[in-house]
Amino acid sequence: MAAPSGTRKKSTSSTGRSGGSARTVPLGEVAPAPLVLLVGPEDVLAQRAMDDVTAAARAADPELSVERIAASGYERGTLALMSSPSLFGGGILIRIEGLEAAPEALVQDLTAYAADPVDEICVILRHAGGARGRGLLDTLRSAGARETLCQSLAKDDDKLGFAAGEFRRSGAQASPQALRSLVDALGSNLAELAAACRQLAEGLELSESTSARVEVEQVEEWFGGRVEVTGFKVADATVAGRADQALSLLRHALATGSDPVPVVAALAAKVRALAKVSVAGRGRSAELAPSLGMAPWQFDRARRELSGWTEEGLAAAVLAVARADAEVKGAGRDPVFAVERAVLTVARARRP
Amino acid sequence: MTIWDDLVGQPEAVQTLSRAASGEGMTHAWLVTGPPGSGRSTAAKAFAAALQCPQVGCGECHECRTALSGAHADVTLVATEHVHLRAEDVRPLIALAQQRPSAGRWRVVVIEDADRLNDTSGNLLLKAIEEPPPRTVWLLCAPGPDDVLVTIRSRCRHVGLRVPSVEAVAELLVRRDGVEHQMAAFAARASGSHVGVALRLATDEGARIRRREVLRLPGSVRGVGGAVLAAGQLAEVAQQESKAATEDRNAREREELLAALGATGLRTLPPAVRSQVRKLEENQKRRATRAQRDVLDRSLTDLLSLFRDVLVVQLGAGVELTNAEMAAEVEQLARQSSPEETIHRMDAIAQARFRIAANVAPLLALEALMVQLCPVTR
Ligand SMILES: [Zn+2]
Repeated sequence: MAAPSGTRKKSTSSTGRSGGSARTVPLGEVAPAPLVLLVGPEDVLAQRAMDDVTAAARAADPELSVERIAASGYERGTLALMSSPSLFGGGILIRIEGLEAAPEALVQDLTAYAADPVDEICVILRHAGGARGRGLLDTLRSAGARETLCQSLAKDDDKLGFAAGEFRRSGAQASPQALRSLVDALGSNLAELAAACRQLAEGLELSESTSARVEVEQVEEWFGGRVEVTGFKVADATVAGRADQALSLLRHALATGSDPVPVVAALAAKVRALAKVSVAGRGRSAELAPSLGMAPWQFDRARRELSGWTEEGLAAAVLAVARADAEVKGAGRDPVFAVERAVLTVARARRP
Repeated sequence: MTIWDDLVGQPEAVQTLSRAASGEGMTHAWLVTGPPGSGRSTAAKAFAAALQCPQVGCGECHECRTALSGAHADVTLVATEHVHLRAEDVRPLIALAQQRPSAGRWRVVVIEDADRLNDTSGNLLLKAIEEPPPRTVWLLCAPGPDDVLVTIRSRCRHVGLRVPSVEAVAELLVRRDGVEHQMAAFAARASGSHVGVALRLATDEGARIRRREVLRLPGSVRGVGGAVLAAGQLAEVAQQESKAATEDRNAREREELLAALGATGLRTLPPAVRSQVRKLEENQKRRATRAQRDVLDRSLTDLLSLFRDVLVVQLGAGVELTNAEMAAEVEQLARQSSPEETIHRMDAIAQARFRIAANVAPLLALEALMVQLCPVTR
């Protein structure tokens, strides 16, 4: 579907936007627009908003190409290059981060672009706040940018909502008590809260329950041991074929009191994900992931990790993990040896 | 009818137990063994009825009927949802066994899972069995004599049940449950003569469909990815089935508990009530886990019967197939593999059953199994 560049509408201040005045959009309602402004110190919220806008734009246009620009290091003309229509006619989304440190070249290019933005292109601009770059912000505002404030969350209700949203993003759920307990402990740092939610959602996979949600007991366990974190690190190195690193991580984890059982469970979750994506075929993760019982990000990650894995390798890995699980639960005399053997067997099952 | 009607295909056991009830060879401790579905608890209940009935098991009187239904005041039936029967489970039974029967002729205590006694609870029980009061009888049930402590075994009179014939089970379904002949024959055969499973297959279409789906997996799944997905499907079906089987009972138990604690309809439960509810929920969770493992074991038994059929075809043994309705799939599997491979697959099923019984994550055990059952695509 090649679209000749001439058919692209240039918008004027009289169409679409109300006389060039800025509009403020609440966090939960961010949507693609020619100019999307994310201003404020809470980086996690800005990242989520950016991801949401990107996902919405991609849902509307599967051919969308996404460009990224870091403001520091900007070279004159880059924006014009990126915003020129692509050869195959797909839409364009440009993410510009670090506006608070925008060099003069970027200020000038953006000012020029904002005077006459392309309707079909979505430019997301991230400004972490502060006095620097204020003039540029005002220019963008008067060009009709939709602005969303990314302030630290003060109210507990907002933090609870944020945590619930984090679980949803990972394809999981958490009980109200679990959310409460997480917010009580980590509510002062959204980045940590987000990381905890993701790890708990990953851990949920280990429970093998399809409908289960994260309960307060699991949150307490996580605070107590954080074993899943270590388990997943070991598993990551193992399926990447890095036997030495996996083994040293494992020994460190066991030496610092981790239990072999959740390490095996983490390894099992990894191998399971690889096996599943190996039959998924081509297509977009958003469409394929749900039918495999996975979140899109899990799917994408497993697909990346699948390189180097053959059918035989995967079969050997599945058998090795099941054997280790039986051994750490009592069938073997030496649970530590059982996990070590599983880690080595799985790592070597991958073709380097 | 007689009280022994439901104990199908066990003429020797019936003879031993009915003679004992009339005084010939009676003793205070019995061990009833037999494979699952052979009728261990049925035998124990019938024996209890024979002991309580003034006519040694007429099948009509109040004593007979209540003993068979489990409602007789002097007949106590014990089954556990735990992995083990613990000392605290056994102690009240020992106290009970010391009491004279309230109205009946005997005080009968039936332990349906004597194989779940551990060393502590087993030794407690041992003392009680050694010197029982004159009117007390212990009936212990277990899959095999080796499943109970040797010290207990040596103090019991042993009655062994065998796998009843397919015909005997089918006949029972027709006579007792009004199942149509052809369906009864299918269910008896497909269940491997397990009376309870056969009844379920004969009367529950969902159970028949699920069984068929399980049996189709080995012939239809391709590759490791397919095997892992199939394992997930198996585990989920088992989870749903056990949930369906326990849901109503769970809700009823919760209501009853709240009513007993005077907390019905309260929005927020006081801490004391909450801890009781939590305890109940823990027990229910354990029960669901056990139910799920039981369902999985059933599926694995079905798969085992499928590969036994495959082996029968490969060896040209000319024996009737357990899964005659799957003959086409069986033929295909037989053509695609050697007898050695089939035996290897049967070993893999046995290993998965062992692992699941030993508390290994069921999904993992199933994944390893399906990988071995399905040919790897290259
Ligand atoms: Zn009677």
